Amino acid sequence: MTAPKTLYDKIWDAHVAHEADDGTCLLYIDRHLVHEVTSPQAFEGLRMAGRQVHAPDKTIAVPDHNVPTTLDRAKGIENEESRIQVEALDKNAKDFGIHYYPVDDVRQGIVHIVGPEQGWTLPGMTVVCGDSHTATHGAFGALAHGIGTSEVEHVLATQTLIQKKSKNMKVEITGKLKPGVTAKDITLAVIGKTGTAGGTGYVIEYCGEAIRDLSMEGRMTVCNMAIEGGARAGLIAPDETTFEYVKGRPHAPKAGQWEQALEYWKTLYTDEGAHFDKVITLKGEEIEPVVTWGTSPEDVLPISATVPSPEDFTGGKVEAAKRAIEYMGLTPGQKLTDIEIDTVFIGSCTNGRIEDLRAVADVVKGKKVKDGLRAMIVPGSGLVRAQAEEEGLAEIFKEAGFEWRLAGCSMCLAMNPDQLSEEERCASTSNRNFEGRQGYKGRTHLVSPAMAAAAALTGRLTDVRDLM
Amino acid sequence: MEKFQKLHGIAAPMPLVNIDTDMIIPKVFLKTIKRSGLGVNLFDEMRYDRQGNEIPDFVLNKPQYRDAEILVAGDNFGCGSSREHAPWAIADFGIKCVISTSFADIFFNNCFKNGILPIILPQEQVDILMADAEKGANARMTVDLESQEVTTSDGEVIPFEVDAFKKHCLLNGLDDIGLTMEKQGAIESFEAKAAAQRPWV
Ligand code: SF4
Repeated sequence: MTAPKTLYDKIWDAHVAHEADDGTCLLYIDRHLVHEVTSPQAFEGLRMAGRQVHAPDKTIAVPDHNVPTTLDRAKGIENEESRIQVEALDKNAKDFGIHYYPVDDVRQGIVHIVGPEQGWTLPGMTVVCGDSHTATHGAFGALAHGIGTSEVEHVLATQTLIQKKSKNMKVEITGKLKPGVTAKDITLAVIGKTGTAGGTGYVIEYCGEAIRDLSMEGRMTVCNMAIEGGARAGLIAPDETTFEYVKGRPHAPKAGQWEQALEYWKTLYTDEGAHFDKVITLKGEEIEPVVTWGTSPEDVLPISATVPSPEDFTGGKVEAAKRAIEYMGLTPGQKLTDIEIDTVFIGSCTNGRIEDLRAVADVVKGKKVKDGLRAMIVPGSGLVRAQAEEEGLAEIFKEAGFEWRLAGCSMCLAMNPDQLSEEERCASTSNRNFEGRQGYKGRTHLVSPAMAAAAALTGRLTDVRDLM
Repeated sequence: MEKFQKLHGIAAPMPLVNIDTDMIIPKVFLKTIKRSGLGVNLFDEMRYDRQGNEIPDFVLNKPQYRDAEILVAGDNFGCGSSREHAPWAIADFGIKCVISTSFADIFFNNCFKNGILPIILPQEQVDILMADAEKGANARMTVDLESQEVTTSDGEVIPFEVDAFKKHCLLNGLDDIGLTMEKQGAIESFEAKAAAQRPWV
């Protein structure tokens, strides 16, 4: 009998195309997602060496980081460098014959939302992208991680990646979540517990009742931020929820192959007794709606807490906390619910899916965004946008006073026109609160969509449960 | 990737320690779509003033070092971010070899991926080479990867260490991709097997 394996072990073993004596492997890549920022040099490298894309069928490109999300974007991208990057992707996709969703295609959107939506991401696959949030796709029980530009070129040319195996880590969330607590709160709470380097060297498998109870959208939110915990990838074993989501998507297996695929997917779970190098357990009932107060995703506190003081920490974190509190313009001891905000951003590959928008609509229906506050909702893809319009969510948003945008990365990072100005304070559903991430000297508080909606109504960080 | 075998060229001295990747290529140049063409912005903030004029004192602006192919640098060269734009800029300028007492890890590896030979030597020997580089354009050094020796303009020979596998790749101009392509057979048989087992992929 073979030794019990983790889910990660199984996917890894199924993709080793070659193993050298020192354990270095060529891992075969089933899906390669490409966006405009990290790929131009890789395509240039192919051209210079006279190489082709090895498997154009398995390569999918979409521009997202640089694209404007205003309704008039058909008139083109103003910033010249951004425009050139997007045009380069247009050309590369065409020249190399890879699947492409250009800016004016309704299916365009954030690469990590488009992949699953179109059925490119399937259980048991290996998925890479020149982008750290590739971890998102792990929600399907796919081994998915971000790579650098040289590696993008390597995958384009060979459909493999040179890799050594990571260690196994289990993150279990037991029990049920309380009302008002969401997938975003789970993933932030985990990072708050492990720290941003806690997952370094590991692939995390998330499991437990609270994870099982999540929709696919919620699972993607959890895995998306595995990278903020330092992990190489995050995984959730596929189950009926997964199969239900995948079925009927444009690139999902069709009748005939579907049954065969399903049979295989059902073997994708961690065997009883398989070894994990590290185990972390959180009780679902104990997770509160959380916010970040500082400039690292690990700076997480329940909304009921107060701003910490640097002395609450030890080691290098004392200096870091001091700098973060100053950068964020906060005072130790201040109640988090007293922090007033200028802007609300709802979107990104963490929380730009239909379920996120429904959660926002639930909170803001029939209410108004606080006077003077800038509030925008940026759907993760053109199809998410269309669905929200069909369900009447867009009307609710517009009536409440939100800007209702076109799909893209938008204010998740300061690479397109949607940016914070200096000292502008934002409640954001994105994934990184680093200095300058949303704009030079901008101040970011990471929250769930429901919490962002609550903040939009009151103009300060708010416990969404108080509005329920 | 270009082969690196034997280099006979001008060495520029940069005794500054902790030259980081931001100094090598500042953040504003990361929005480019090319890996070539970064050479003009190599060491941008040290090399040009705010109006874009060359700062005459900077070593690579001096007439005798404009065609340098070797850099002799201070300790901990290439620290900071993992941006591959740093070795791209160095290679694009025409520098093929950097000699120092130590390098940041990621930068060190990125060099090999881009045809640049980074050489680590003890302080005394770097001092000798630094002094040799100070002599200017007539003092050409020789870097022989095959025999693993640097020869100064005076004929002093300094041996160096290099990882056998990385040496093999540089000598033969094999990049990671080239090497992986040598295993094309393994990849193709994997694909055939996978297509049978998981045809929906
Ligand atoms: S939404 Fe943000 S995190 Fe996601 S891919 Fe875009 S920039 Fe990266």
